[in-house]
Amino acid sequence: MNRIFKKMSPAGDAAVENLSDHPAGHPLSVHDLTVAYHRKPVLWDVDLDIPDGKLVGIVGPNGAGKSTLLKACLELIPRTSGEVAIYGEPYKNQRHLVGYVPQRESVDWDFPVSALDVVAMGTYRKLGWLKRVGKKERDLARHALEQVGIGDLADRQISQLSGGQQQRVFLARALAQDAQLYFMDEPFAAVDAATEQAIVKLLQELNSQGKTCLVVHHDLATVAKYFDWVILLNMRVVASGPTAEIFTPENLEKTYGGQLNLLNQAVQALQSIGK
Amino acid sequence: MTWIPEDSWIVLTGALCAMACALPGCFLVLRKMSMMGDAISHAVLPGLATAFLVTGSRASLTMFLGAAVVGVLTAVFTQWITRLGNVDQGAAMGIVFTTLFALGLVLIRSAADKVDLDPSCVLYGAIELTPLDTVTLFGYLVPRATLVSGIVFLLNLGIIVALFKEFRLSAFDSGLADTLGFSSHFLHYLLMVMVAVTTVAAFEAVGSVIVIAMLIVPAATALLLTHRLGLVLLLACLFGASSAFLGHLGAITVPTWFGFQDTNTSGMMATAAGFLFLIVWIVAPRTGLVAQFFHKRTDLPDLPSQGKKARPTASR
Amino acid sequence: MNLSDLWEILSLQNYNTRVVVLSTTILGIATGLVGSFLLLRKRSLMGDALSHATLPGIAIAFGLMTSWGFDGKSLPVLLAGASISGVLGVLLMLAIRHTTRLRDDVAMGLVLSVFFGLGIALLTMVQEIPGVSAAGLESFIYGKPASIILSDFILIAVVSVAICLTTILLFKEFTLLCFDDGFAASQGWPALWLDIALLGLVTAVTVIGLQSVGLILIIAFLITPPTTARFWTNNLSHMAILSGVFGALSGWLGATVSALYQDLPAGALIVLVAAALFIASMLFAPARGVVPRSLRQRRLRHKVARQHVLRAAYEILETQCDHEHHESPGAHLVDNKPFRSETLLAKRTWSRRSLHKTLRAEQKLEHLTLRPDGTVLLSEAGFGEAARVTRNHRLWEAYLITHADIAPSHVDRDADMVEHVLEPELVLELERVLREREAWIAMPPSPHTIPNH
Repeated sequence: MNRIFKKMSPAGDAAVENLSDHPAGHPLSVHDLTVAYHRKPVLWDVDLDIPDGKLVGIVGPNGAGKSTLLKACLELIPRTSGEVAIYGEPYKNQRHLVGYVPQRESVDWDFPVSALDVVAMGTYRKLGWLKRVGKKERDLARHALEQVGIGDLADRQISQLSGGQQQRVFLARALAQDAQLYFMDEPFAAVDAATEQAIVKLLQELNSQGKTCLVVHHDLATVAKYFDWVILLNMRVVASGPTAEIFTPENLEKTYGGQLNLLNQAVQALQSIGK
Repeated sequence: MTWIPEDSWIVLTGALCAMACALPGCFLVLRKMSMMGDAISHAVLPGLATAFLVTGSRASLTMFLGAAVVGVLTAVFTQWITRLGNVDQGAAMGIVFTTLFALGLVLIRSAADKVDLDPSCVLYGAIELTPLDTVTLFGYLVPRATLVSGIVFLLNLGIIVALFKEFRLSAFDSGLADTLGFSSHFLHYLLMVMVAVTTVAAFEAVGSVIVIAMLIVPAATALLLTHRLGLVLLLACLFGASSAFLGHLGAITVPTWFGFQDTNTSGMMATAAGFLFLIVWIVAPRTGLVAQFFHKRTDLPDLPSQGKKARPTASR
Repeated sequence: MNLSDLWEILSLQNYNTRVVVLSTTILGIATGLVGSFLLLRKRSLMGDALSHATLPGIAIAFGLMTSWGFDGKSLPVLLAGASISGVLGVLLMLAIRHTTRLRDDVAMGLVLSVFFGLGIALLTMVQEIPGVSAAGLESFIYGKPASIILSDFILIAVVSVAICLTTILLFKEFTLLCFDDGFAASQGWPALWLDIALLGLVTAVTVIGLQSVGLILIIAFLITPPTTARFWTNNLSHMAILSGVFGALSGWLGATVSALYQDLPAGALIVLVAAALFIASMLFAPARGVVPRSLRQRRLRHKVARQHVLRAAYEILETQCDHEHHESPGAHLVDNKPFRSETLLAKRTWSRRSLHKTLRAEQKLEHLTLRPDGTVLLSEAGFGEAARVTRNHRLWEAYLITHADIAPSHVDRDADMVEHVLEPELVLELERVLREREAWIAMPPSPHTIPNH
């Protein structure tokens, strides 16, 4: 019985692994990844290599497949073709190294759990089957909440939190996972200024610890400020590399095509950075 | 097997009922309210019982009225509970229709000596007996159930044809419909009344099992094949009518293979509808299981080429 | 009926009553517990589809057993058949959802109606089997608790306890699945298998409930108690426990009442008891009930109205001082003097009636006195409160201006909404933030000109 559980257990893989803080290989390499929904391609031949310790912004127009890219890397949706390697190995062997922050709208915030309960979910994989959340996990969760600046809201039911606070709960949950590589799906979407600052601070802190973060981002004006690496995506990778080299008007035009409005916005953003 | 004129009447009645259901059914499916058909067809029981207790007769008009009122009430209560109580819509629907059905059962049972209304009969009807109860129409003897089903079918057809544009808009975008002045509330409740009235007509003729099945299954089958609304309606009617024919054929032939005499036609019509769905699900061009199995990536459309394929600039 | 009969039933002295009432009570606990997760997974109606899908299995099990010469009506056999076809129905639903563009509700309706139709067709057939009475099989549709005997009770109890234990053991996993299945999957939890496990438990509980409440009404047993419990608490464990209690209560009361009035259908009574609990909770439960919630909102509305009056009064006093001293607004102390209540009316778009209602409420709180000459004088406490409210409002406005890109002309409405619920710590925080940004003054001036009527 126990053996069966071990085999199915999400923590099982980690138990066999030799855990080291900085595993070898690129945090993320994607090769020829194609994803199609009902035969409509959403991602087409994506190739990526993300170096260690970068804050990576994924930028592109609506429907460019930004969230899809994250989900395909995490094996949440089937790939039509292609390989994804996390630190040189398939994702299913490397789950203990990866933290995930889904889009805020993906869950029902009226669910009867407290902020602390949600953050504690980040420790479930290590806990494994049937074991309950104990003092150790609760302390870890409380600490994670304090890191994102809402330690005093731990016992609040999640529907009584503001949008920004909910987003921070999700970030705290990812922190509780204690990962090396973080996938964040639009953490800056519709949050207040204070939360935006808190998230940026957190990203920088993670970065200083040598961790890698992939962040789906929609605000072109802040890309250059927040990220040192950028992926321009529109069904395929238009460009990927250090922000200073890649985040150029020519590349943005290739990414956004004829969407002039957005393009102007981007040009203005670039000019403001130049100042 | 022998096919007698009675069989034709049965098939005709079933087909008319099926088509009467399939029309509003398409909109139920499109508006993500498929389970509403099931809910209303159960919930009308207290309406029928009350109408019966008040008038003491099975006169169709009061029955229709009682059922229509309760049908709309089911939708109203569900909406209230969803909105006021902040409850998931499915759960709200489940609570409303089970409560109403339970109320109906208690009403019928507590007045059992006065009410000649068998809940089983409401559920699976007696379509086999339709040819026996006839009325005279233009000098011809026509089974009453056939006549009732036909009228309801024509009624539903008339409403759908007259309000096709409005229904399509509100099924697609109820917010836009509201701003353009086509109250989607009104259309919603109109749909509920159609479902309730059709349920009652069918309960008398063929049993409400058919209603639940024919509201959803033909529409779902049609939606596997096309997404053009007009075509969906047409195909749904076609599938509904074929299910009625195949169902009755099955009811009088299939049991004989296993040494039985025959079986309940309503149940078999629902089964036949499911059978047609299964076939389409498997063999539908492009979206069917077979097609999905054989084409993985090969026929993905080519993307508009952007010159040379952009290589990642950062593969150092 | 006399009192001793009543007592006999209520105290479970009657053997048959005891078996029936205990069965439905235990069943209520199990359905309540499992139903909680079904509700939170937003799959409540899945139970409905599933229960209908059991019918063909019952008919086939009966037909096969009878034609092989066994007792077709033995409960375990029928329930085994029911489970198999129920599970088949669930798998079909999942398959339809995963391989077509049809949505959940369509898959449910499809499986429900087709399986139910097939079940009825099969039931009609097996009733023709010569020499065997299939009477009683229909009790699975409407439920007939009175037919429960001791061996049935043991089966129901054992399965219920097993279901409860499994649910409690997998509590953490089910919570994760219901809250965020994407996250669960990204962490390597087998979301699909957990779903199947949950639906398996639902199947088990449905199947053992068929005999007592029937396949149409078992769904109420699965949905109503958890929804009722949700009104009382925001804590999942409490909700699950309460849901079990409500389920047990419905089962016990419903079965007891039906023992008192023999000719009323017990399944329906159980559902009606559960519905009554639901309606009462939806209206009056303190945590999320409709009435307490609207009372809370009303209180807040009144509080907001009173604060608006005080702030308007303070602003009037401010402008009066400005006229006298010809200085920039807000840069000096404001004197508390009587002013005409008419001026209040012009400050905001409120009706004369609602303004006077609020003024009278404030007078009751001794914040102000309405004087017979048509003027208003703030009391000492009222003046202090007015200053505090105004200060909070301006702090919040200033915060919004410096921290969010909202045009100053739009600020007032938003500030109005939030300032009334500002907590003291937040006020301190706002003061700190603003002090860092600009020279601090005791009463910040309004960022927009106050209309002067």
